[in-house]
Amino acid sequence: MKLLNRSLQYLSLSMLLIVSIWSVVFYLDMMDEIYDSIDDGLDNYKLLIQNKAEQDSTVLLKNSFDESNYAIRPLSESVAFKIYDVYKDTMIYMPFEEDMEPVRLLTSAFEHKGKYYELKVISSMVEEDDLMKSLLQHMVWLYILLIVCIIIINNVVLKKLWLPFYNLLQQFKDFRLGKDSGLTEVKTNINEFEELQIAGQALISHSVEAYNRQKQFTENAAHELQTPLAIISGKIELLLERDTLSEQAAETLSEVLQISERMNQLNKSLLLLSKIENKQFYNNQDISLTKLVKQGVDEFEDFVEFRNLSIDIRESGEVHLHMDVVLAGILVSNLLKNALYHNIERGEVIIEMNENKLHICNTSASVELNGNVIFNRFYKSDAGRQGTGLGLAILKAIVQLYGFKITYSYKNAMHCFEITFR
Amino acid sequence: MKILLIEDELALQSTIKESLEMEHYLVETASDFNAAMEKLFIYDYDCILLDIMLPGGSGLHLLEELKAHGKSGNVIIISAKDSLDDKLEGLALGADDYVTKPFHIAELNARVKAVLRRNRPEGKNEIVAGELYMDLDQRILLVSGQTVALNRKEFDILRYFLLNKNRLITRTALAEHVWGDNIDQSDNFDFIYYQIKNLRKKLQEAGAVTEIKAVYGIGYKLVEL
Repeated sequence: MKLLNRSLQYLSLSMLLIVSIWSVVFYLDMMDEIYDSIDDGLDNYKLLIQNKAEQDSTVLLKNSFDESNYAIRPLSESVAFKIYDVYKDTMIYMPFEEDMEPVRLLTSAFEHKGKYYELKVISSMVEEDDLMKSLLQHMVWLYILLIVCIIIINNVVLKKLWLPFYNLLQQFKDFRLGKDSGLTEVKTNINEFEELQIAGQALISHSVEAYNRQKQFTENAAHELQTPLAIISGKIELLLERDTLSEQAAETLSEVLQISERMNQLNKSLLLLSKIENKQFYNNQDISLTKLVKQGVDEFEDFVEFRNLSIDIRESGEVHLHMDVVLAGILVSNLLKNALYHNIERGEVIIEMNENKLHICNTSASVELNGNVIFNRFYKSDAGRQGTGLGLAILKAIVQLYGFKITYSYKNAMHCFEITFR
Repeated sequence: MKILLIEDELALQSTIKESLEMEHYLVETASDFNAAMEKLFIYDYDCILLDIMLPGGSGLHLLEELKAHGKSGNVIIISAKDSLDDKLEGLALGADDYVTKPFHIAELNARVKAVLRRNRPEGKNEIVAGELYMDLDQRILLVSGQTVALNRKEFDILRYFLLNKNRLITRTALAEHVWGDNIDQSDNFDFIYYQIKNLRKKLQEAGAVTEIKAVYGIGYKLVEL
C-alpha cells in the first residue's frame, strides 16, 4: 500500500472518530442550551399567567390547554405544598402535525387569595429526531468534505513534498553496480530526505569502491601471474628440448607443461574478462556482423571439414553493429567455437542473423543445459572437459557491455544461443 | 646475428637467452633501464627484445630514444601489458612487433626470425630448408622444385615449423599461432593431429625428407634430415 493511501486510511479513520465525538458533544451541548432557553421561557410565561390571574380571575377557570399553552386547576393546600416547579418532556396531540408531538411541560403551584392552584405551562419543543437527522446529515457532509480535502492535499501537496523521495527511489532502482558511479543529486530542504540521500550515496560509494577494488584485484592478479607463468612454460619447453631427458621424465614434464598451459589459458581468459568488465575496450566503430561471421566460418573451414559439419547461414541483408572490433571478433569466434567444438560428427550448425539478433544453433551429444548457470564463471557442463569455463562468461560480459541480451534455449535437439541487439 | 635482450625478470631472461642461443644468435642482456641505454648506444644489434616495465624507466622511453636515433626498426616489445593502447604506442614508436607474456618460446623465436628477415637488405621473403622452399609473399611451397598445394592453415603450420626448425612446438603454441589467440585448447588436439597428419602426407607424397615428428605427446618438431 502506498504511503499516501495509508496515511489517508489513518486520517479518515481518526476524522470519523473526531467528527462523531464532536457531533455527540455538540448535540448534547445544543440540547442543553435549548432546554435552558425553553425552560426560561416557561418560567417567564408562568410569571405572566400568575400576574394576569391577579387582575383577571377568569384565568383561573381555564383548566384545559385547548387553544392556549397553559392549564390551571385548583389544589388542596397539602398537595400544593408538595409541588415544586418541575420541567419535563411529554407528548401532546397537535392537530397541525396530526400526531403526538413532544412538548416541554412546567408543572408549578401557586396561591391566589388563599386558594391553591396547580399551573401547567407547555411550550413546543424542537423535534429531537428531526434535529438529530439534520445534524447527522451535516456531520456526514462535513466528513465527506474533510476526506475530499485530505485527498486533494495528499495528492497535490504531499506528492510534491515526496517528490525527492520518489526521485531517490527511482535512482536506487536504476542503479547498476559497475555501470553507474553514484546518485545524481536531488535538491531537497527536508532533513529526512537529505539524510536518506547522504546515506544512500555513502552506501553506493562503498559498494562501488569495493566492486572496483575487487575488479582491479582480479586484473592485477592475472597481470602479475603472467611473468611467472611465462617463466614456467618457457623453462619446461626448453627442458623438453634437451635430449638428456629420460622418456619418463619427459612425459611427466609434458603433463606439467599441459597444466601450466591450462593455467595460462585460464589467466588470459580471466584477464580478458576483467578487462571487458573494466571497460578497457572502447575502440567502437561500425562493423559488419555479416562479414565477421563469414570470416569466422572461413577460419574454421578446416575444422568443419574435419568433423564433416554442415553450416547453414541464413541472413537477411547485411547486419551492422557499433562496437569494439576486438570484442566483436571475440564474440563471434567464441560463439562459433562453442557451436563447432561441442558438435557431433556430421553435425549441423545453423546461423541466423538480422538487424535485431544473431541466432546460432548446433547439434550436440550433450543434453539440454541449464540456461541459468551456463553463463556463470567457471561453469562446466561436464567435469571431464578441460576448457576454462570462462568462454560463455566472456560472451555474456561482452554482450552486457553493449546492452545486448544473450539467451540459451534447447529446440529440436539443438542448443541455441541468441543475442538480441536492440 | 646479435640480439639484445632487455628484461628485468632474470629467470625469464635466462630462458629466452637459452632459447635464442639454440638458434646460434649472439645474445646480450640488460636488466634495467640504464644498462640497456648504455648498450644500445655503444653497440648495434640486429634485433632488440624490449620489456616495457623496467627498473629505472619505461621501455617505451627507451624506444623513443631509439626512434630519435633511427634505430627502432628491429625492436620486439615483450610486455605483460597487452592493452591496445600500449601496443599502439609501441608500434607508433617504431617497434616492429609486440608479444604479450606469457608467450611460447617458439612464438618468440618465430617473431625474432620474422624481424630479422624483414630487415635484411636483399629482402626476398622466403624460407629455404633443405629441399623445401617457401615463398611467404606468394604463399607457395616448392618441394625439390615441385609446387605442393597446401591449404591456408597447412601453409601457416608449415611456416611456423620452418621458423622453428629442429625446435619443439607444443600443440598449444601451434594452436595459438595458427588458429588464434583465444583457442580452447583441449577441444582441438585431435583436430591438430588431423591437420599435421594431412601435412605430413603431402610432404611425403612430394618426396620430402624433412619430417614432422611427434614429441612426447605434447607437440611436434620439424626435423631436417
